[in-house]
Order: sequence, then C-alpha cells, then structure tokens
Amino acid sequence: MAVPIDLTTFIGEVDDLLEKVEASALALESHPDDAERMNELFRAFHTLKGSAGVVGLTSIARFTHHVESALDHVRSGALALSPALVQCVLAAKDHVAALLAAELRGVAVAAGPGDAIIARLAGLTANAADTATALVFAAVPAAATAPRAEVDYFIEFRPGPEIASMDVGADAIFDGLRGLGPCERLGGDPSDAGALAPWRFQVTTRRDVAEIHDVFIFVASAGELQIDQGMTMFVDDEPAPAPVAPALPSAAPSGAAASRVAPARSSAAARSTVRVSSERLDQLVKLIGELVITQSRLQQVHSQHAIAELAGPVEAFERLIGDLRDGVLGLRMVPIGTMFGRFHRLVHDLSADLAKDVELVTAGDDTELDKTVIDQLGDALLHILRNSMDHGLEAPGERIAAGKPARGTVRLAAAHEGAHVVITIADDGRGIDATAVRRKAEAQGLIAPDAVLSEQETLALIMRPGLSTSRAVTEVSGRGVGMDVVKRTIESLRGTIAISSRAGAGTTLRLTLPLTLAIIDGLLVEVDSGRFIMPMAAVMENLELTHAERCAHNGRNMIAVRGELVPYVRLRDLFALPDAAAAIECVVVVGVDGARVGLVVDRVVGLHQTVIQPLGMFYRGVEMFSGTTIMGDGRVAMILDLAGTVRRMTAASALSSYPGPQGTQ
Amino acid sequence: MSADLVASFLTFKLGDELFAIDVAQVREILDLTEITRVPTAPPYMRGVVNVRGSAVPVVDLRHKFGLPATADTVNTRIVVIEVDLDGELTVLGGLADSVHEVLELERAQIREPPRLAMRWRAEMIAGLGKKDDQFVIVLDIARVFASDQTLLAEPPLAEAS
Repeated sequence: MAVPIDLTTFIGEVDDLLEKVEASALALESHPDDAERMNELFRAFHTLKGSAGVVGLTSIARFTHHVESALDHVRSGALALSPALVQCVLAAKDHVAALLAAELRGVAVAAGPGDAIIARLAGLTANAADTATALVFAAVPAAATAPRAEVDYFIEFRPGPEIASMDVGADAIFDGLRGLGPCERLGGDPSDAGALAPWRFQVTTRRDVAEIHDVFIFVASAGELQIDQGMTMFVDDEPAPAPVAPALPSAAPSGAAASRVAPARSSAAARSTVRVSSERLDQLVKLIGELVITQSRLQQVHSQHAIAELAGPVEAFERLIGDLRDGVLGLRMVPIGTMFGRFHRLVHDLSADLAKDVELVTAGDDTELDKTVIDQLGDALLHILRNSMDHGLEAPGERIAAGKPARGTVRLAAAHEGAHVVITIADDGRGIDATAVRRKAEAQGLIAPDAVLSEQETLALIMRPGLSTSRAVTEVSGRGVGMDVVKRTIESLRGTIAISSRAGAGTTLRLTLPLTLAIIDGLLVEVDSGRFIMPMAAVMENLELTHAERCAHNGRNMIAVRGELVPYVRLRDLFALPDAAAAIECVVVVGVDGARVGLVVDRVVGLHQTVIQPLGMFYRGVEMFSGTTIMGDGRVAMILDLAGTVRRMTAASALSSYPGPQGTQ
Repeated sequence: MSADLVASFLTFKLGDELFAIDVAQVREILDLTEITRVPTAPPYMRGVVNVRGSAVPVVDLRHKFGLPATADTVNTRIVVIEVDLDGELTVLGGLADSVHEVLELERAQIREPPRLAMRWRAEMIAGLGKKDDQFVIVLDIARVFASDQTLLAEPPLAEAS
C-alpha cells in the first residue's frame, strides 16, 4: 500500500474522532433517545471511514464501514439502540485504535477480533437489513484540505438512455482518466451499453477532482456522475444498481454532480483545526516571554527620555504585544473536558470490573487549563477516581441497605476561582473512617499515639506514603502507593489538595491548581526597597490606609471595605522589615480561597505584565513567593503567592491573637 | 581521577582561606550588582540576581561556610556556578570576597583531606591542593549545597578554645 505522506494529521483526527465515539456511545447508553448524539456517533464513524480511505488505510476503512452501516440503521429508526450495540461500538472503537497502531507499525492485523465485532454487528442488524437505505458512498470531508498527494478516486457514472446517441463511450472515458494517472476499470461492462450498467473507475492521481469532471464533460448531460475520494469499497453485497428509469428527466447536469461534492467541502471547513507539536508552542511562549521583557525595557527607556514621537509607537507596541501574549497563551489552553472524556470510559469499564453501578457526572468541562497542567494532572485524577470507586463507593447491596440508591455517583467538577482552577472529585460512598486512618497511622508509627490532630489533618494522613486503609488489596487500588504520588504531583504543579469526608455520606477531594501561565497580569507594588508582584486576577481593589485608621481599630488589623470588615496584614511585618512606614500606606484587597484579605504595601506602582520564572529549589521552603520576574530595568521582583501569604498571615495572627481571614465575624 | 592529569580550578577567597572550584562548574563571574532580597528566606540566601534574563539565587558563601559576615567590598564577586543537585542542574551564584585566578593543579598533587583535626567538614571537600605556600581547599560544590550544614566543622566559638 502506498504509504501516505502526512499520516500525523490523520492520526490526530482519528484520536479526536475516537474520543468523540467513546463520549457519544457512553452518553447514548444512558440516553438512547438522544438523536443528536446518535448523529454525532454516526458522523464520527463516517468521517473515520472516509479519512482512512483517503490515507489508504483500507483495513480501517473497511472495518468502520460495517459499524457505520449498523449505526445508520439505528439512525433511520430501523434498529433500536441496545446496550449490546453500545458495547459493540466501544469494542469497535478500541479495534480501530488497534488497527491504526498495527498499520503504523506495519504489522499485519489479526482478523479475529474485527471479524467478531462485525459478526456481532451483523447479528444485531440482521432484522433491520431490509430497510437499509441505499448505501451512501463516503463523502470525504478531507476533500478540501487534502494535500496534493496522490489520491484514489472512485468514480461512478450512471449513464442515462441518451448515452446511446453519444459518440463517447466508456472506453474513451477510460482513456481520458488514464491520462490523469493509473486507472482501473471496476466492473460495469461498457460493451453492453444498452443495459445502462454504471461505469466504474478507480483512478489514482494528484490532479484536482475538477479535472476528472472535465473528462466526463461530453457525457455529463447524459448521466449521473459521482466521484468519491479514497473509498475502497463498493460494498460487496450491494444490490445491482437499479436501472435508471427511462422516464427520468434527462439526467443530472454536471453542475449537480459538482454540488454533491460541495457539502463535504464546507463541512471540512467548519471543523478545521491545525495540530502543532507542544514543543513549538513552548518555544513560542518562551519567545513571547522575552518579548514582553524587552517591551517593558523599551517602555522604561521611553519614560526616561520622553521623546514625543515615540509615545505612539511604544503604546501601540505594548497593546500589540499584550494581544499577542494572550493569543499565544490561549493556544496552550485546553478545555479540561478533553481529559474528562476518557474518565467516562474508565468509570464504565471499572464499574463492570468492580461489580458496582457507578455514574460519573462531570461539570465545568469547558474550564480551560494550561495543557501542560492537564497532561500532568491526568494520572493523578485517574488515581483519585479509582480510589473513589474502589474504596469510596459501596457495592449495590450495601448501598440499598444503607438507604442509598443502588447506583453510586462520582462527581467530577472543574471551575475557575480567581487565579486558580478548582477541581473537585466527590463520591456519595461510605466516606473515610477517620478513626481507622488514625489507628493505622499509629500502628505504622506515622504519628505518635498522643498526637492531637484535627479531622482535616487526620484525613490528610492517607496521603502519606505507605498508608492505605483498604482491608483488601484489590486489582484496582489499595496497595498504599498512590495518594502520596497524587499529592506530590499536585504539589509539583504548585497546587494544594484538601480532603473532607462524612461517614456514610461520601468523600470530597478538592484540588486547587494555579493557572500556571508563563505570563500573568500582575500588580506591581513596593515594600521597603523591594518590588513585588501580585497576580492581578486575585486583586479586587486598592485603598489608602492612613496612620490614624490603623490606630482606630485598637491595633486589630481590620479595615472597613464597603461596610464590611476585612482583615489585613502589613507585608512589612510579614517580611520582618523595619517599620519605617509612611503616613499613608496602600491596602491591596485580594480574594484568596473565597475570603477577602488586605495586604498593606508602601506604594502601588501599577500594572505589570509578568513573565514568571520559577524560584528554583533553593527557595522551595519559601511559601510566600511563587516565582520571580525580571523587570524592565533588569531588576528582579518577587511574585507573591497569595495563598501562601495568607497561610503565613493566619499563622502569625494565631500567635498574636489577630483575627485571621477565617476569623472574620 | 583518571586520564587527564591536570585539572583547572577557579580560586577565590573568603577571609584568609583560599578555595577552589572545578572550572567546568563555573559559568561566569559577575561584579556585585543589586541583589533582590527574598523576604523570609534563610539568611545565607542573599536573594536573586538577574543573570542574562534569568533570575539566579545568590548564596552568601561566608554565611554558608560558617564564617563571620563582612561588608561587601569592591572586590566582592558573584561566581555563577552550575551544580547538579538531586539530579537537577541548578544555576546559582556564590558571593566570594574576591576571585583570584584559574589555577592548574596536577591531580596527583591534590591530597585527600585528613579526616581528623580539620577545620572544615571533610565530606564537603574534594581534596587539598597547594599553591606556592598556601593550601587551597578544593570544594565538592554539589555536596556543599546539598547539605544544610555549614562547611565549618565546628561552630566558631568551639574552634577558638
């Protein structure tokens, strides 16, 4: 088989389509009447078939064809969507992936599993077969985007009665097609023109499809021309085409034939995506970072020299770079739903393995997160889900006995919260037995027997290496490795993880992750001689704080913001800097974990596009800063980690009886 | 200590003591510039400095080695080194009182540090060399920075007795 030139595009497309297949199939399992989903499923297989044909992977094209026709029966209402069919479709999805992998390695594919699936499909569709609508030839969406590579065209011309009066016969057409490239005649005996059998050809060419139309230009008015790209099958069992009724108005003009191709083209344009390797994106992000720094340097120089003519360009430059930055960073943002998709399948398969009835409910699928974060998060979430299903959720019998619905629910939700993305995984299972955790931790010497732990702290013990409360080690989980790895992963992403649980009611894990963009909008502030950046996304407002106001609250660090008391802390104090404050300081009110907190600085300088650089391992223990950035003048500013700052503030206020952020009211 | 018999070392001074680092680990030497302090960091971490667009942490070597602090002078330099810490290549700057020269030492001349009666922690030292009449302490820089301990074996007070 001719090895297609650009398989990467195809592979990417297949991945997307298979993901869609899985999502649709699983959705249809619970809502068999969802026509939209059904169409999506059908279209996915349809496109798969077409694209596989285009790149010459006949094994995939042939196989998907069978699935497609079965689904078409469902679509037309001839066949009901049964769970068995969904299973078949899922198996087919896996088989397509296997076929692709085998093709890529150049390995012959065992016919067994594929044939088994086809046989099952055939069994399911047997009674629906007679209602089969005329088999659609794949209209190939790739038509518009196909590279000028060699493409197989399958051409069918159904001559009308007028053909007899024409000078041009099938032989002449065949000669014409051979001029475009290697051509084969596929049945349809031209010598017997009276039978009006369709003329079929297969031509392999780099030319445009229009040139094929040109070959038929003289006969186009006397018949119906259909040109399909890359389809390898004129279905074996297709009944002989119905002879064209003599009464047929004198056939379709060539314009009709052309318009048949057109819808395929427009559908290709509708979902046009470009796949780019992530290294290239990272490189781009890095360059943007340097550009932003250079730009702020330019601005600095400009503000020092104040050349009037420069003001316009410098301003335009700043705006353009800002847009460019947002655009480039947006490229790396991926909706988290892409990851949720595969969890549906996991839950589906796992519930069968564990003999539990589990429903996965997702929310916030369109929450966008940096792709690098999503990539690293996948395994951690997978592990948490497995834990929930294996340990958290009870078997159906036990659930009914406890007065719960037999079907367990795992909720997976993502949402933006300020500069963070919060992902919660909640199950309605038995919850974590805090006393058991404690017992086990004591037995293993992880904590002292007399240690005083809050419930939060006790539950957090399950994330210590080696601790697992599961009595039985199952295939799935319970070996005591895992949650510590999850915790490490989350922390390496500069995120936090919190567990809450109620006995009998379920467990909720809450992951808080920074958006970890390489560049953020920051508010530049000064404290003493140092300059610091606060992530703009968390900043709510700025206020002035006079010395008098500071004293008015009896030394309690609270300030009235729109009639509400907000606790504040002076960064000077937190940073242990000498107290040499001006009469008027600034309070920057930020939102952290749903609470408002005021941070007192000497001066607010202004907005600053901040290219984040990691602090490196030497500053790993410093929780108040999440990174550094280089300023326009070459100096370094520290980026405040607001959550860490608030933790520090709470710790400090616990010592000195200041009310912490939680202590409001 | 195999084939190549001679190795090059960058020597620098802290107080009267002459130290040496393998030149392969030295990236560049900078004049003292403005160092951005990182509040709440341990005292031996002087802060971060901009080295060609990257923020590089600066370690006060005097403090790290357990020597008494002195004011920076015109001779104070930041020696930017690359060191493998926990399998991670880390770039950091070390503050030295002054930087001297690149010294070639025959490997054979570098002696094992004596285990006993040493002012410095033996495990952080690759060996002792000699330049004219002065001893040169060849540092195992990765060990120095991987540890929380000072290079000085005993606190200064105990040494005086």
